[in-house]
Amino acid sequence: MRWLLVIILLIPSLAAAEEARPLADNPQVEARLKTLAVELRCLVCQNQTLADSNAPLAEDLRREVREMITKGMSDREIIDFLVQRYGDFVLYRPPWKATTTLLWLGPFLLLIAGATALVLALRRRQKKLVDVTLSEAEHNRVAQLLSEGANRP
Amino acid sequence: MIPEIGHFALILALCVAVVQGSLPIYGAAVGSSTLMSVAKPAARGQFLLVLLAFCCLGYAFAAKDFSVLYVAATSNSQLPLHYRIAAIWGAHEGSLLLWVFILSIWMVAVSFFSTHLPEAMRARILGVMGLVSVGFLLFMLTVSNPFERLIPAAFDGRDLNPLLQDPGMVIHPPMLYMGYVGFSVAFSFAIAALLGGTLDAAWARWSRPWTTVAWCFLTVGVAMGSGWAYYELGWGGWWFWDPVENASFMPWLAGTALIHSLAVTDKRGGFKAWSVLLAILAFSLSLLGTFLVRSGVLTSVHAFATDPKRGLFILVFLAVVIGGSLVLYAWRAPRVGLGGGFSIISREGMLLANNVLLVAALGSVLLGTLYPLFLDALDLGKISVGPPYFDTVFVPLMTPAIFLMGIGPLAQWKKTSLPELATRLRWAFAVSIVTALALPFTLGHWTPLVSLGLLLAIWIVTTAAVDLRERLAHADGSSLLGRLAAMPRSYWGMVLAHCGVALFIVGVTMVKGFEVEQDLRMNVGQTATIGGYTFQFDGTQQYKGPNYIAARGTFRVSQDGRDVTVMYPEKRRYTVQNQTMTEAAISPGFARDLYVSLGEPLDDGAWSVRLYHKPFVDWIWGGCLIMALGGILAVSDRRYRLAWRHKEADVPAATQMARQTVS
Repeated sequence: MRWLLVIILLIPSLAAAEEARPLADNPQVEARLKTLAVELRCLVCQNQTLADSNAPLAEDLRREVREMITKGMSDREIIDFLVQRYGDFVLYRPPWKATTTLLWLGPFLLLIAGATALVLALRRRQKKLVDVTLSEAEHNRVAQLLSEGANRP
Repeated sequence: MIPEIGHFALILALCVAVVQGSLPIYGAAVGSSTLMSVAKPAARGQFLLVLLAFCCLGYAFAAKDFSVLYVAATSNSQLPLHYRIAAIWGAHEGSLLLWVFILSIWMVAVSFFSTHLPEAMRARILGVMGLVSVGFLLFMLTVSNPFERLIPAAFDGRDLNPLLQDPGMVIHPPMLYMGYVGFSVAFSFAIAALLGGTLDAAWARWSRPWTTVAWCFLTVGVAMGSGWAYYELGWGGWWFWDPVENASFMPWLAGTALIHSLAVTDKRGGFKAWSVLLAILAFSLSLLGTFLVRSGVLTSVHAFATDPKRGLFILVFLAVVIGGSLVLYAWRAPRVGLGGGFSIISREGMLLANNVLLVAALGSVLLGTLYPLFLDALDLGKISVGPPYFDTVFVPLMTPAIFLMGIGPLAQWKKTSLPELATRLRWAFAVSIVTALALPFTLGHWTPLVSLGLLLAIWIVTTAAVDLRERLAHADGSSLLGRLAAMPRSYWGMVLAHCGVALFIVGVTMVKGFEVEQDLRMNVGQTATIGGYTFQFDGTQQYKGPNYIAARGTFRVSQDGRDVTVMYPEKRRYTVQNQTMTEAAISPGFARDLYVSLGEPLDDGAWSVRLYHKPFVDWIWGGCLIMALGGILAVSDRRYRLAWRHKEADVPAATQMARQTVS
């Protein structure tokens, strides 16, 4: 009985077809290529990363990067090589340099400026506002008007 | 002949727009009822004229009139009818016509649903919309006329870009434009209020539903664009921080800030000047977005140089609209009252802080989008700003915003005590932290970002639950159902929209954290297993579509030996432009999408194939739809329905004032 069960359980795996091979010869190289390629720009595309693009030039560039990885170059070396050849345009993460300082600091400057402006504006506002205290009679009048308003459909 | 009628209708529409943009505003200034009453018929007349022009262009496409330059450039005799109609907005000129057409729809809507507004206010609003329309019509008639003839006529058209030949093209741009242009209503309300000096809580109450509706359209429009990119581009991404996407995302951020700030202006009379500024900002960004996407400047700043007339017109128009409204703002805003007082730790304070965060996020997106253009224009080198940059700056800005989103609704107006808030929220916080830390482990893979994402999502939901429980405890009515029903719809709308954000975050977090992807070489009959699903490749077949030839693959998917579905990804070659397109096959599901896209044919009928298992990816768009649904629910609130029926003027002035001071 138990044997029968084992055989029945085995049938699907026997019938199953052969497993497909990964496209890449070396999955580790491919994984590294992938992490690099999502930060690189396909130079001939409208706006695609090297990882996403199907353009022939992107295919060539991927092959080149793959070769560099196999040769044992570090990520830094590969990126330096690409920047030397294609310029900063190839990087989707712009490097920190004089012309990009504002780009990288901008968001946080904006936040600081916004927060400061907020606090200052609220302080100034607090000073300008004079507390209006309602007298007893005024309170009753407001309550009466409100209940009138509430009774309207 | 028909295109000439369309052209002529546009010229007439311009004349009507000039009248609509001048007489009623002047009339409101001098108090002439006759002049003000021009606004309504002018708006409706303009709508009919633009509708006529729109139909004429549609007819030219339907009838394959390749003697019209625009038709010849964006369609083809082989292109199916629905795509020929959608090709109306397939490029620059037609998009502008769609813009003006939608603007005229909003104008007509305002003319019908504004009977409760004071006459001067209505005249000014329609007048400002007329002025915007003048700008666009002038732009079209001078430098981008969709009806321009091509003589001699082309034998056949150059076809619509194959990327755009998709059902998404039929409805995504109109939706997006409904949102973009919808902000023109909020803008016109703001400008009208500045002109008239009547910037009060009533102004906020009137413009709130319009802003929310526009925001809903924009939310759906952006989500559809993202969904379209997901299935059409064939590599499974759903947001690329592409300048075109950013152009639609920036008005959304501004609009989100605006609806929250309007809520304060409406309920507490505060933030008036700020709301006006946001309304101007939201519309300015919509304009910028329209022009950025369609003028070609994003591909290269040199597009300006190749077509300087268009570029110049755009710059001047933007300068007039933005500069003009800011000058008006600077002139009038100091006279605006302050509204009720509040301390920094209060619901107002938190909404304002959220606004600052949203605007900072918006500023970063703007900076990242335009920075490469500026560097290039100043000859300081070419750089690319892409997803790594935006992810780095966006997450730290949005995290506190979402944290505040949970607290805000529980804080009291005017002044709230932090220790008390902390006590009320301690359980929500504990539950969120524990679940967010533990859940990724049970899913088998812990990273800080996954935990952070889950934390924020659970935080939103748990704080909403705490809030609901407290409100139910204080609500009138004996039965639970009665008390639930007693909650105003605007409250439910807010809860729903916030939960939409939570769902969205879950989708993003899960798909970023747990997505599995495989690049395979598949022979006929081979299988691959990914995320528990087994894909068997049964080969490809050639077939011929209306304007393309395609290879269609068949993949049988099974799970634990049971058949789940059959998927048919395609590789198409569009013959006119000789462009290859990857049509991915997607099997959507509640907790996962299966995604197959064909790469290249290899030898012996084998193909390179990319398989994805994307957990919870549909929650991204589901979340957006729920946000929009929340908006719609809020707009259907009782007080707006009452406002339509009751003219505000019927209510005695004293009651109105009392309401404003107290509510």
